[in-house]
Amino acid sequence: MSVRHAILALLSEGPKYGLQLQKEFESSTGEVWPLNIGQVYTTLQRLERDGLVESDEAENEGTQKGFHITDAGSTELSSWLNTPPDMTSPPRDELVIKVLSALRVPGVSVHDVIQVHRRYLIELMQQWTRLKEDEADFDLTFALVVDAELFRLDSVVRWLDTADGRLKRAASEPSVASTGPRLGRRLVVRR
Amino acid sequence: MSFLELRRVSKSYGAGAAEVHAIQDVELSVECGALVAVMGPSGSGKSTLLTIAGSLEEPTSGEVVIDGESLQTMTRNDKSRLRRRTIGYVFQDFNLLAGLTAVENVALPLELDGHSAKKAHAAGMGALEELGLADRATHYPDQLSGGERQRISIARAVVGERRLLLADEPSGALDSTNGEAVMRMILGACKQGVAAVVVTHDAQLASWADRVVFLRDGRVVDQTVPPPSPEALLEESSRSGPRQ
Ligand SMILES: Nc1ncnc2c1ncn2[C@@H]1O[C@H](COP(=O)(O)OP(=O)(O)O)[C@@H](O)[C@H]1O
Ligand SMILES: [Mg+2]
Repeated sequence: MSVRHAILALLSEGPKYGLQLQKEFESSTGEVWPLNIGQVYTTLQRLERDGLVESDEAENEGTQKGFHITDAGSTELSSWLNTPPDMTSPPRDELVIKVLSALRVPGVSVHDVIQVHRRYLIELMQQWTRLKEDEADFDLTFALVVDAELFRLDSVVRWLDTADGRLKRAASEPSVASTGPRLGRRLVVRR
Repeated sequence: MSFLELRRVSKSYGAGAAEVHAIQDVELSVECGALVAVMGPSGSGKSTLLTIAGSLEEPTSGEVVIDGESLQTMTRNDKSRLRRRTIGYVFQDFNLLAGLTAVENVALPLELDGHSAKKAHAAGMGALEELGLADRATHYPDQLSGGERQRISIARAVVGERRLLLADEPSGALDSTNGEAVMRMILGACKQGVAAVVVTHDAQLASWADRVVFLRDGRVVDQTVPPPSPEALLEESSRSGPRQ
């Protein structure tokens, strides 16, 4: 979640005050991510420095400063919305490393290690799903955030399931069971 | 009180070298109003577990107790009455009868149980209405979408005074929106006191359950512990906060 661009998005609706931006940021993320007012003002300062927003002169001492988005800000926002986030890097996340490592440790069942993580993920998903149960107080932005979490966790569970199955098959067909490094094989992903 | 209990249930198919232990020493207890999901890879014994719990098959050893009564001591007639009245079964392929309309499909178990056609039809309409499917009542299965067919088959499984709902991969090939609708229906039945067991390999569906039981090679290898309140989750996610 880029706070910077989320604030640009809120300003694209019209000029706003800092406090208003804080409130709207929180409600636009389904209240899942709180944002303190200090973070809002530091972000606004940086956006102003980069020419992406401008502040309106406060009419008199003590009143709040309003902010509006500049043309450069709108261009930046539109390009950010349409730029896919970097998902090309090979998976190097901790869970993958744990499972790969479990394969090398004598006396450790990789299936048991996989199950520990699978159960943890499902328990986490149960908690997120519980939030969906009561449709009445389930607003749209919140629904989108909860779905995103569920799909993210789900994809990890599916990877674990697939790994589990692949390892089981490999164990019963020793010819493909090699877990040693393949010479010259590197995961190369173009950027 | 637990409504369904499996006590050290095992089931083997075949004999000698060809013997397959489909499930082994399975212990499972499902309370009234509880939704339990059973997860496991293909071939891990999920369907076997469910057909035995539904009295459609006999275990090789062990005991199944439904509503305090052991299936072992029941006559054939007792068991078929149990299947008509108490157990609702949702099959993976929906199993709606092609020659009957949606409401006729839903009313069928009641008619088989000796209710008058009129009474069964009224109860069937009631179930469809409750599930928001009343406008599909006179459609035939081939005039319904996959999601609608599945929801009709769940309506059929909960119509009347069913107290145990057994569903085998109830989302089949449904997309996640329909999968969610199916789970909401099952959860709705549980809120009214029905005990439910849902077999699935889909983590998102399983996460609707109060408890998830994991099967591997016919054995229960693990199960979830009851989650803390959702508030705890939100606090945790707030603490990690948004990335800058
Ligand atoms: N009627 C049967 N005859 C022989 N083997 C069977 C029969 N039903 C299931 N099995 C075997 O029992 C095991 C468990 O099957 P099943 O319960 O269908 O698993 P799942 O539903 O998890 O895919 C599998 O190895 C399967 O081949
Ligand atoms: Mg099956």
